[in-house]
Amino acid sequence: MSVEFFVAAIVTIVGLSTPILLAGLGELVVEKSGVLNLGVEGMMLIGAIAGFAASVVTGNPWVAVVAAAVAGALSASLFGFFVLTLNSNQVATGLALTIFGTGLSSLLGLNYTGRIVMQFGSVFPPALSKHPIWQVLFGYSPIVYFAIIMVGLVSWFLGRTRSGLILRAVGENDLSAHSIGYSVIGVRYAAVAFGGAMAGIGGAYFSMVITPMWAERMTAGRGWIALALVVFAGWRPGRLLWGAYFFGILMALELYAKASGFSFLPSQFWAAMPYLMTVVVLAIISSRESGGGNAPACLGKPFLPAN
Amino acid sequence: MVVVTPIAAVLLTMLIGVIVFDAIGINGQKAVVDIFLTPLLASYKWQDVAVKAAPLIIIALGLSIGNRANVWNIGAEGQYIIGALCAAGVGIAAGGAGGPVIVTLMVLAGVVGGAAWAAIPAALRTRLSVNEILSSLMLTYVATQILGYLVGGPWKDPNGRNFPATAPLIPDQTLPILVPGTTIHLGVLIAAILPFVFWAIMARSVFGFQIRVVGSAPQAARHGGFDSKQTIWLALLIGGGMAGLAGSLEFTGALKAINLGFPSGYGFTAIIVSFLGRLHPIGCLIAGIVLADTYVGGQLAKTSVHIPDSTAGIFQAMMLFFILASDIFVRYRLRIVRTQKVAPAMAPGE
Amino acid sequence: MAILTRRDFVKAAGAAATLPILGSTAKAADKLKVGFIFLGPIGDYGWTWAHNKGRLAVETALGDKVETLYTENVAEDASAVPAIRDLANAGCKLIFTTSYGYMDQTIQVAGEFPDVKFEHCTGFKRADNVSTYNSKFHEGRAVLGTIAGMMSKSGKLGYLGSYKVPEVVLGVNSFTLAAQKKNPNATVSLVLIDSWYDPPKEAAATETMINLGDDIITTHTDSPGPLQILEQKGLYGFGQGADMSQFAPHAHLTAIEDIWGPYYTERTQAVLDGTWKSTDTWDGFKEGTVHISPYNSAVPADVQKAADEIQQGYKDGKFNIFTGPIYAQDGTLKVKDGEVIADADLAVMDWFVKGVSTAS
Repeated sequence: MSVEFFVAAIVTIVGLSTPILLAGLGELVVEKSGVLNLGVEGMMLIGAIAGFAASVVTGNPWVAVVAAAVAGALSASLFGFFVLTLNSNQVATGLALTIFGTGLSSLLGLNYTGRIVMQFGSVFPPALSKHPIWQVLFGYSPIVYFAIIMVGLVSWFLGRTRSGLILRAVGENDLSAHSIGYSVIGVRYAAVAFGGAMAGIGGAYFSMVITPMWAERMTAGRGWIALALVVFAGWRPGRLLWGAYFFGILMALELYAKASGFSFLPSQFWAAMPYLMTVVVLAIISSRESGGGNAPACLGKPFLPAN
Repeated sequence: MVVVTPIAAVLLTMLIGVIVFDAIGINGQKAVVDIFLTPLLASYKWQDVAVKAAPLIIIALGLSIGNRANVWNIGAEGQYIIGALCAAGVGIAAGGAGGPVIVTLMVLAGVVGGAAWAAIPAALRTRLSVNEILSSLMLTYVATQILGYLVGGPWKDPNGRNFPATAPLIPDQTLPILVPGTTIHLGVLIAAILPFVFWAIMARSVFGFQIRVVGSAPQAARHGGFDSKQTIWLALLIGGGMAGLAGSLEFTGALKAINLGFPSGYGFTAIIVSFLGRLHPIGCLIAGIVLADTYVGGQLAKTSVHIPDSTAGIFQAMMLFFILASDIFVRYRLRIVRTQKVAPAMAPGE
Repeated sequence: MAILTRRDFVKAAGAAATLPILGSTAKAADKLKVGFIFLGPIGDYGWTWAHNKGRLAVETALGDKVETLYTENVAEDASAVPAIRDLANAGCKLIFTTSYGYMDQTIQVAGEFPDVKFEHCTGFKRADNVSTYNSKFHEGRAVLGTIAGMMSKSGKLGYLGSYKVPEVVLGVNSFTLAAQKKNPNATVSLVLIDSWYDPPKEAAATETMINLGDDIITTHTDSPGPLQILEQKGLYGFGQGADMSQFAPHAHLTAIEDIWGPYYTERTQAVLDGTWKSTDTWDGFKEGTVHISPYNSAVPADVQKAADEIQQGYKDGKFNIFTGPIYAQDGTLKVKDGEVIADADLAVMDWFVKGVSTAS
């Protein structure tokens, strides 16, 4: 087990973790504001095709990432309209968004199978980014660093700014926040759009970085892992970062188990681990603190101000 | 309103579909006709619609009970899988034996298996206050992995050249075909009858009353002596049992083997069916047929206009969006009110 | 209520005429309809793309006499039954089902349509109206293995597969044996990802194999994803089913191309002539179903020569990679010196040769 092996393994794990970190971070903000958006998988796929298509058309990966974010935000806002303005059931609407996003991305992607796109250049010089040891810090796509920076930004926003406090208040006690004069619906719309943008970028990571091509349903269920991750992290951004890499390790273990002939436990055991661990964590945090643990108190409930 | 809106939702969806397809260069009319109408008009397609509708209806019936009681079972897909696996397990244990008793045991094993899988979120919710949406959803993926392990390992067909699938069921272990020369199996009949059974129970029994009251007025329910924990258990067990039933019927009646493609998403689509059917058993019956129609139509369109079959999902979601939007008109009455502009009150200590 | 007018009937008839699958129109009755069931998208630049090229070859060769229909992305489960049936109901008299996992479904639908001919690719069940056909991809693997054995610096090779079905087993064994002829210490790590087409999983598996030290990777799955990873890492690999060099100009050394056109045209002509009979066909280099893409300029001259020799050996009928002595994974001698494994045994092969490391 050489240093190079560990470096290579870490690089792989970071690649596996980044999309769920991005989507999970977005969903964390959404849920902190009291909304449960189960449509993450659909939004990621929309971001994946939007980013890929924009990259094919413009040849510029940076523009493409922005396009992915915008597409994700738009699809999330559609969800927001139903859930916030029309007060429709969040679970059903979120599922509809997933099914819708999957179908829409497949349809729009029809003309893009078999195409290839420009990849991101690295932000660091090749001496660092391709170095067998130092690439563990410098060898990643810009999106990876963006994700880590965003964790810090979101953490600061939620914990240290007034707007973040308002968002949290809206998620914990929407009626009180409303009576103080804050726009519960407005805050939630913004949060939902942010969640969509992050999910879109997470999806674009698949079609632009991991395998720069388009294939139907290429996110392969990672949106659901992102949902699990938010819960696993107890709705805390810092824990989300470690949780994402932990899940990435589990995903990598599934593949390493297959590749190295390690058959003590079936590969499906590792594949199931992120979900099992989330259930266990749910059970622990829910039982330790009363009333469902750290979940925002208004999570999933419609905002019905008594007028 | 309650009946008109689902119909309007379907029609609106069809209209928008034509527009969207034409906009991206696909023959919109042909696509929409294929997805919605052809399966109902072409007689050789009816069997496909019927067979596809059966699991959707059955799962939706179970989910509707839960949804009415404000219990959200998102894990029906996992319960469906476990149900089928339990049925398969009984079949394998029976060896070469078959016949109505064995098949009934297999199907019952499916019901029990699905209910047991739903018991986990139920226990977590009632004992530890764990949100059942999240726990049931996570367990779905665990169920998928269990499927992958069994079908690729201990239960792999020894004559299948190592392709991960169970051995095809011997005819004695399958459900009888109701209409000779078609694929319409006994499960279709069960799916046609159950909605009426559920309707009778919901409308006439104390249990049905309990479910409805717990869902819409939890405080009143407690005063009435209805134990919310018991309701949660029942709602999830019924939802899981129905999903497991659907899985075992699909296995013994339609597919006769389980492979990695077995999870078809029925557990999630059934949630849409349940909503389109307004959580009413007969509504589930009709909505199940409508959604099966779009599933089958989507497959047809894959050949005729070469759109991916996940496109059917766009339509299914659109119908749901319209239904959810139209709920506004069902729940509230539109009134034009003239409002006066009032100076915003100063919040204290701002 | 409005009274139905003649105009309504005309409109309804017009609408019904657009219902496409409801039987064929009189005009098309003269053309032979040929249907294709595809596993993936025709744009996968791999397995399905090659089959689609075969379909287009039929259209080119037989022009006005045929009309082809196809359905993409058909899953290898029960949903294939309605898909195959739809083609039969649309008037197809010859249907090609292009993946192993359609076997039972093809037999089932063939039973319902005795006057329709079916051709199932890579399967083994036949009927009066069902033929099977296959290509000796493993002959191509022998070429790839030769190149890999000579060009690998570490001697550790990777093979990305789907399931432990005979086609994959043959491919792995052929690749390994050929590599070992050039480098007796070569080893092959095999990863089976339980899918023919899943680009992100293929990419992740490829990366994992690279991390474990494999420096040349060949894939038996259908997307160019693995090649893209190899390109990023500056390593080498091979294309599958089609020339995939556009996805990885430096990494792509060569590819096995599946050439189905001549077989498809021949079988369609047989239906037109009324001479179609149920057969089992297993062609290779000699008959032209296996083709090797042009070599990347990175392949040294001596390696190209060695690879060409393998190809020529197969075409002349003088070379067979499955010639003994061959040892199994655990070291036992399975094939004696000079003996050749018969085709019938190859078709059901389920054991790996020495040097292959697997998880199962």
